[in-house]
Amino acid sequence: MSRLNSARELKHLRERLREQRQSIITTVMICGGTGCQASRSQAVIDAVGDELSRQGLDNSVRLCVTGCHGFCEQGPVIIIEPGNIFYCQVSPEDAFEIVYQTVMKGEVIEQLLYRDPVSGKSFQTQAEIPFYRAQDRQILSQNCMVDPCSIEDYIVAGGYSALTKVLGGMMPEEVIKEIKSSGLRGRGGGGFPTGRKWSECREAPGDEKYVICNADEGDPGAYMDRCVLEGNPHLILEGMMIGAWAIGARKGYIYVRNEYPLAVKHSRIAFEQAHECGLLGDNILGSPFSFDIEIARGGGAFVCGESTALMASLEGKVGEPRPKDVHTVVDGLYHKPTTLNNVETWANVPSIILNGSSWFASKGSRGSKGTKILALTGRIKNTGLVEVAMGTPIDTVVFDIGGGAVNGKLIKAVQIGGPSGGCLPVDKFDLPIDFDALSEAGSMVGSGGMVVMDEETCMVDVAKYFLTFLQDESCGKCLPCRVGVDRMLEIITDITEGRGKPEQIGLLEELADTVSQTALCGLGKTAPNPVFSTLRYFRPEYEAHINEKKCPAGVCKALITYWIDPDKCTGCRICLQGCMHKAITGRKKQAHVIDTQLCDKCGICRSECKFDAIRVF
Amino acid sequence: MHFFRIHIVEFIRYFKSSQADSRLEEVNMPPQTLDQILEGRRSQPNQLIEVLQDIQKNYGYISKEAMQAVSQGLGVPVIEVYRVASFYKAFRLKPFGKYVLTVCMGTACHVRSARLLLDQAIGQLGVKPGEVTPDGLFSIERVNCLGACAMGPIVVENRSYHHHMTPGKLRKLIETLRRQKTEENQNV
Repeated sequence: MSRLNSARELKHLRERLREQRQSIITTVMICGGTGCQASRSQAVIDAVGDELSRQGLDNSVRLCVTGCHGFCEQGPVIIIEPGNIFYCQVSPEDAFEIVYQTVMKGEVIEQLLYRDPVSGKSFQTQAEIPFYRAQDRQILSQNCMVDPCSIEDYIVAGGYSALTKVLGGMMPEEVIKEIKSSGLRGRGGGGFPTGRKWSECREAPGDEKYVICNADEGDPGAYMDRCVLEGNPHLILEGMMIGAWAIGARKGYIYVRNEYPLAVKHSRIAFEQAHECGLLGDNILGSPFSFDIEIARGGGAFVCGESTALMASLEGKVGEPRPKDVHTVVDGLYHKPTTLNNVETWANVPSIILNGSSWFASKGSRGSKGTKILALTGRIKNTGLVEVAMGTPIDTVVFDIGGGAVNGKLIKAVQIGGPSGGCLPVDKFDLPIDFDALSEAGSMVGSGGMVVMDEETCMVDVAKYFLTFLQDESCGKCLPCRVGVDRMLEIITDITEGRGKPEQIGLLEELADTVSQTALCGLGKTAPNPVFSTLRYFRPEYEAHINEKKCPAGVCKALITYWIDPDKCTGCRICLQGCMHKAITGRKKQAHVIDTQLCDKCGICRSECKFDAIRVF
Repeated sequence: MHFFRIHIVEFIRYFKSSQADSRLEEVNMPPQTLDQILEGRRSQPNQLIEVLQDIQKNYGYISKEAMQAVSQGLGVPVIEVYRVASFYKAFRLKPFGKYVLTVCMGTACHVRSARLLLDQAIGQLGVKPGEVTPDGLFSIERVNCLGACAMGPIVVENRSYHHHMTPGKLRKLIETLRRQKTEENQNV
C-alpha cells in the first residue's frame, strides 16, 4: 500500500475501499483467536476457504479471519453476515453445508446453532444469545468485524479517524482535557485516572518522552489484553499515537508477553502496515507529528507488570521494581518522563476522541466510567470474555451472562482481580463491578479476571495457590515480600496438610498485615490480599482444616479420602483398569471398593467414572 | 526464585561444569545462527532480552557458548547475561526433551483441578517441572497462564493444545507418545 500524505488521502482510501467492497454480498467471519485455535479453528478456516473457491464464490463472499469473539468455550465460532447467524463448535466437515446452505441459499443449519444449557433453547443470531445479550461490547465488538492482519479492514471500519481528528485541529491540552473529563481510569489494575497521568507526563521537564503499552498480562486467569492486541492491533497503535501526541512523545513501546505468540505476530504485522502507510514514522499524514513504535517481547515475569520493573526489563535488565518516590511520569524509561498504560486503556482512547468524553462518561458508575472487559472463567457454564458497563452487579455477570454453576453445583465465590485481588462470597454478588466498591470489599477490579468457584473449590487451597504463585514470581528485592510470602505459604501449607494449629490464623493475619504495609512494590503490597479476603469471608473453612482436619471441598489431598458409592457403582471396571496403584478391587457388575492404604488420590478414577460414583470426603 | 543476590556460587559452578551439551547436535539445524541473531544489535545492551528470546526460539535453550557470544556481542558482562537468562521464565539453560508437556497452572485451570494433571505428569515421568527424563524423551513445564482459560485445564504437547484435560486423558496422551517413539525406533 502506498504512503498516505494527508488526512484527505486517508479519507479517499477509505471511500475507495468501501466502494470496492460493495460487490461483497456475504461475509463469513471465523474466529482465529488463541482459544478457538486450541479447538482447531485453522482447519475450519482452510475448509471453508477451499469450499468457497470450489463454488466460485471468491469475489462475492469475503472470508474474514478475525480475533477473539469472546465465547471461547463454544469455539470454533463462525458469524455470517448479513443475518448475524452464529454457528458454534464447528468442525471442518461442516464447511460444505455452511457454504452450500447458509452462504448460497441463506438457510440456517439448525444443529450448528448455539443451544443454551440453561433453557435448552437454540438461538439463530449472535445478538439473541444470553451470553452476548447482557453485554455492552464497545471494544470486543470491533474484534468480530476486522481481520487483525489487514489495515484495510481497520480503515474501512472507520479506523484512524480519531487520529486524523486529533492531528487536524486538537491541541495536546484539548486531548488531555477530553480524556480527563471522560473519567477513563487505568484498566490494568490500579485504576489511576488516565488523563491525570497524561497531563503530569506532559508537564514533566524534558524533550524526550515515551509512551508504553503494557501487554505483559501476567495475571493467571485473565486474557483480555491478549484478545484485544491479537484481535485489533491497529486500535492499540491508534490509541498510542493519540497519547504520544498529547504528552509530546516521539517513541513508544509495546511490551508484550512472549507466551502470546499470536499477539506478537499480529502487532508486528500491524506495525509494518502502519509504517508502509505513513501512519508511523516521520511526519505522520503530512503533519509535523513524528512517532515510532518498537515491539518488545517480555521474558515471562509477573513482576514486570509493575511499571518500574517493566521499564527495567525494556532496558534489557532484570525486571526488578524500584521505589516510586518520583513517579514514572517524571522519571521513567531511561530516566525520561514516561506514560505507561494497559492495552485496554489505550483501546478506549480512539472512541473517546471520536464520540466525545460525555459519550464515554454516560456509561458506568459514578467513580468508574465506560466499559470493562472481564475474563469469566472457572466452574461456570458459559466461560469467555465479557464486556459490561462499569457498575454492573457481579450477579448479572455470573448468573445472567455466565449461566450459573455446572452440574447443579452451588456457586460459592468469585475471585476478582488475579493474585492481587480477593475472593468475594455469594452474598456480596450484589456489589457493582466498580474500582472503589470492590476495593472496599477487599477485592479489586484488577485486570478483570473473574474466576468462579463452587462448592468443590477449597478456599484455603486457593489462598495457597496464589501464595505459591507469588512466592515463585517475587523478584526477591525487598525482604517483606521475599521472606513474608514464604512464611505465609509455610503456614498455609501446614494447614492444608493437616498440621495446622489454631494460633496460626492470628499469626497469618499479622504477617499479612506487615507484608502489605512494608513491601516495596505493588506485587508485594497486594500479595496478602488472597489471604485477607479468604480469612475475612471463609474463616470456617480454615477452622475445619485446623480443628477437624477436614477439607470441606474435598481438595486438599492430605485431608481427603476417595470412596466408591455402592449405590451408583455399576461395576463397569473402568476405574479398576485405570488405577495405576491397584487400589481398586471388585468383581464385574458388582460395586467396587477402594483400598485407602494403596490409593494415591491421583483422581484418575474420578475423572473416568461415567456414573459419578466416586466421591471424596 | 530469588535473584536479588546473584547466586555467584551457582554462576561459577554453572560455567565451570565440564558437562558438554551432548544433545546439542540433536537439535535440528537452527534457521538463524548466533551471528545472524546478533546482527544489527551489537553494542546495544538494551537488546539483551530480545537477543536471548531469539536464541531460545532457535536453539530451544540458552547454552553457555551462546551466553558468552551474547556477552561479547552486546558488551554486557557474562554475569549479567546469566542473571537475566536465569531471572526470566522464558529462558531455559538446559535443552528440552523431545516431547514437552506444558501444564497450565493459571487460576482458571487450577480451580478445574490442574494440580492433579501436574501430579499425574510428575508421577508418570518421574521428573519435576523443568527437568528432562533420562532418555531425553519428555520434559515437563509448568506455565502460569496460557490465556486459554475458558478451555481449561490445558496441557500443551509441543505445539498442540489439549483442552478440558483430565488425569486419565493425560495418562493416555503420555502412553501414545511413548508408543510413537517406540514405533519410530522400530522403523529406523
